[in-house]
Amino acid sequence: MSAINLKVNGKVHAVDVDPTTPLLYVLSDDLALNGPKFGCGLGQCGACTVIVKGQAIRSCITPVKSVEGAEITTLEGLGTFEKPHPLQRAFIEEQAAQCGFCINGVIMTAKAFLDKNPKASEPEIQQAMSGVLCRCFTNVRMLRAINRARDGMTTEGRTREAAAK
Amino acid sequence: MSKHSEVVPNSTLTDDAAAAWGRAGFSRRSFLVGTGALVVSFSMKGALQTAVAQGPFEGGTAGSPPLSQLDSWIAIAADGGVTTYTGKAELGQGISTAQIQLVAEELCVPFERVKLIYCDTAQTPDQGITSGSQSHPTNFNQKNLAQAAATAREALLELASKRLGVSADQLIAADGVIRAKSDPSKKVAYGELVGGKKFEIKLDPNVKRKPASEWTVLGTPARRPDMPAMVTGQFEFVHNVRLPGMLHGRVVRPPAVGATVVNVDEGSVHGLPGVVKVVVKKNFVGVVAEKPWQAIQAANKLKVSWSAGTGLPSHADFYNYLRTQQPTRDTLLVNSKDVDEKLAQAATVVKATYYCPNQMHGSMGTSCAMADVQGDKATLFSPTQGVWPVRNSASILLGLKPENVHVIFRRGSGCYGLNGADTVTYDAALLSQAVGKPVRVQLSRKDEMAWGENYGFAFVMDERAGLDAQGNIVAWDHESWSANLGNRPGYSTPGNVITGTLAGFSPEPFMPRSPAPEPRAYTNNSNGVPSYVAGNVGGKPQGTGTVKSERSLTHNIPSPLFTAPLRSPARLQNTFAHESFMDELAARAKADPVAFRLRHLSDERLIDVVKEAAALANWEARPSPKPQSHRTGVVAGRGFSCVAYEGENGWAAMVAEVEVNQDTGKVTVKRIFFSNDSGPISNPDGLRNQIEGGALQGMSRAMGEEVTWDDQKVTSVDWESYRSLPLGFDVPEIKVKLINRADEAATGAGETSITIVAAAIGNAIFDATGARIRQVPFTPQRVKAALNQTLSQV
Ligand code: FES
Ligand code: FES
Repeated sequence: MSAINLKVNGKVHAVDVDPTTPLLYVLSDDLALNGPKFGCGLGQCGACTVIVKGQAIRSCITPVKSVEGAEITTLEGLGTFEKPHPLQRAFIEEQAAQCGFCINGVIMTAKAFLDKNPKASEPEIQQAMSGVLCRCFTNVRMLRAINRARDGMTTEGRTREAAAK
Repeated sequence: MSKHSEVVPNSTLTDDAAAAWGRAGFSRRSFLVGTGALVVSFSMKGALQTAVAQGPFEGGTAGSPPLSQLDSWIAIAADGGVTTYTGKAELGQGISTAQIQLVAEELCVPFERVKLIYCDTAQTPDQGITSGSQSHPTNFNQKNLAQAAATAREALLELASKRLGVSADQLIAADGVIRAKSDPSKKVAYGELVGGKKFEIKLDPNVKRKPASEWTVLGTPARRPDMPAMVTGQFEFVHNVRLPGMLHGRVVRPPAVGATVVNVDEGSVHGLPGVVKVVVKKNFVGVVAEKPWQAIQAANKLKVSWSAGTGLPSHADFYNYLRTQQPTRDTLLVNSKDVDEKLAQAATVVKATYYCPNQMHGSMGTSCAMADVQGDKATLFSPTQGVWPVRNSASILLGLKPENVHVIFRRGSGCYGLNGADTVTYDAALLSQAVGKPVRVQLSRKDEMAWGENYGFAFVMDERAGLDAQGNIVAWDHESWSANLGNRPGYSTPGNVITGTLAGFSPEPFMPRSPAPEPRAYTNNSNGVPSYVAGNVGGKPQGTGTVKSERSLTHNIPSPLFTAPLRSPARLQNTFAHESFMDELAARAKADPVAFRLRHLSDERLIDVVKEAAALANWEARPSPKPQSHRTGVVAGRGFSCVAYEGENGWAAMVAEVEVNQDTGKVTVKRIFFSNDSGPISNPDGLRNQIEGGALQGMSRAMGEEVTWDDQKVTSVDWESYRSLPLGFDVPEIKVKLINRADEAATGAGETSITIVAAAIGNAIFDATGARIRQVPFTPQRVKAALNQTLSQV
């Protein structure tokens, strides 16, 4: 066990864990976050995705020690009920879920991708989502929601960012 | 439906298991009486015989709120808030939204005012299992929840009539308030009438239902109330249930099928951080630790010696194994007894064999449960499809009284049938019982895929049919072979899933029966009878087609691996064979596949969906295959298929348009056109969501999914070795036409689309290339092989 400082969604948490513990377990168990999910533990499905330094990473295979001090964003950090992120809003608008278990991986992967590729084409988005699973096969709606969010983010996101500055 | 049964005799149980039954306080007759789910009786030789009772289970276990009482379903608070209790669970299919709409509609209150509580043995009525496209038929037709909501409305009108001194037919209910038609200021709110009190009346079987023409909430695309919490990471899945002082468990499964524990060296994990206990019960082995990662590491380090496995039949030769094993259990669905004669007289006889492998539920999240077993009481948080069955079966497993087991449903990852939900509930329960503290278990991906779930059935299917000189079908013979082991545990058979068997219980025994008895009543709930035959049993045609000479015979054998329903069980496999074969017959008759189907159908609703799908796709009438000029490169084609799901539980038809790369065998589905009739539509958006999801899941199953094994163990244990289509691929465009039949009974809708996908794609491959693919999944290698075969025939 060792004390590790984790910066999650803007808050610093001190946790005392085995430094080899995959980040996912610390987020779910020690920090009681519901967003990141265990799907495979093998880096194959995306359910555990979080964003570290703008990069979508698979927290099920990331030792917690390796992200000490880094800015970690989980689905909870994107937006709230009152102020959802454009992706979150688009998923509600499109009713893009069945069981919803994959939503974390889908939204977080899409978020990291769209942040870097705000003008991505539909095939590029499909390509970016090719390493993520949804076993309910809500593909049609989810891809539609991501496209919708891209359109919303380019205009709305700009205005919001401008306002924040 | 039979309501009586005998308890499994002790002789079929291990000593531990028998003792557990005794401790659970079961008399030989008590706990199965009234459950109706599983009928167990003694055969003449004393061997066990079990059979699933006919017809959907309507619930009502001892201890359940009575289904006939209004208060079991609906409570109205002083503030007018409506609480609804249901036994049908939200599994991601959207049924909770539709049930809220139903109650809001019948009770005349806004959607937002209805709170739905589902599947908790301390609160909700026993409605058996949420499965089999039965939630709509069970709760939306004239019984159960729908009847309860309507009965409540009429009772409130009666109360208001007394209170206001206005006759009930002169009153109008809206927005939770009842007003006099003549004087709207004369009014009383629901809360004032019954607020907080019980109705204490029975459901009225003759209660008036709101006609669909008056619907304002049902029939609309009401939004799912769970979406905001899900997209913001606030939603609590069973995976997120956290109890004070909870520990984490990890199971250690055998290395080979049939391997048993020889020795567990507890010292091998002694002193590892966080380890609380090593638990061994027969062949069930697990570790409990303070943190999940500690449990995982301890489980990896625990030294267990196992006996050798019992071996598995060759995977490569499995279809042959299926059709050659003896003894079998045989069932005849239809038998006109003249099939051989008619085939002998036919101008042309066509034969083909089709193959479907074992496939997985393969849930996105591995199965997870939380158990708190202390002393003689247990609380289980479970993603099971049946809380009441799990309450009773887990009580047997734990040796507790069923009334001391409280099962609370919490949503898991979408299950599509019996995934690892019940098994992991048992895992958590056994581990918690051993430590007397709450224990959470989430399976590893490998344990989920190799030692967690009961697989969907593998099938081999022979089809034979005769055509007359005009190309009409004159006889149709269907014969299938499949295997099963275990099932849903129901109320009494914990051994039907892996953990129960590991802990010493037995699965339902296999009951050979050959030859099959003649069919006595017509049922097509396995879709073993093709849509195009008459379904004549007892002198009455009850099928959906016209072909009078018909036989459908199934053979069942024990499976080497655990099996259970997977979305559209048997129906999907049988329909793949029937609908592919129908296409082969049409091609042989040089007829357009749609026109050829219509020529042999008699069922109006099936005819309608066929026509609608063809119209939606702008179907060009011509025989398949399409004349192609080139045998290399990419060619396009279209295929058709349709089904009357379970004979009468939903009607659907589809067209698939595909491109086939003849050099690589890669198939790309470009567009899907789908028509669906499930009776009155409760929520068109939810229905579309189900159809779209089923279509793509059906595609994934048709194109890539197959359980594999070596001579000892399952080898498809992750998403590399079990291939699912990902979120981002060349997703086809999907167009859906919903047929709304407001005055018909509600049917299922969750399994219609998935049932017909494989055949439509296979038929489209044939249309494009002239190559027939008869084995699922259609991997590029198989498609390539079929193409080569076609070339060699040219
Ligand atoms: S859980 Fe991390 S990729 Fe699947
Ligand atoms: S919605 Fe269930 S896995 Fe995607």
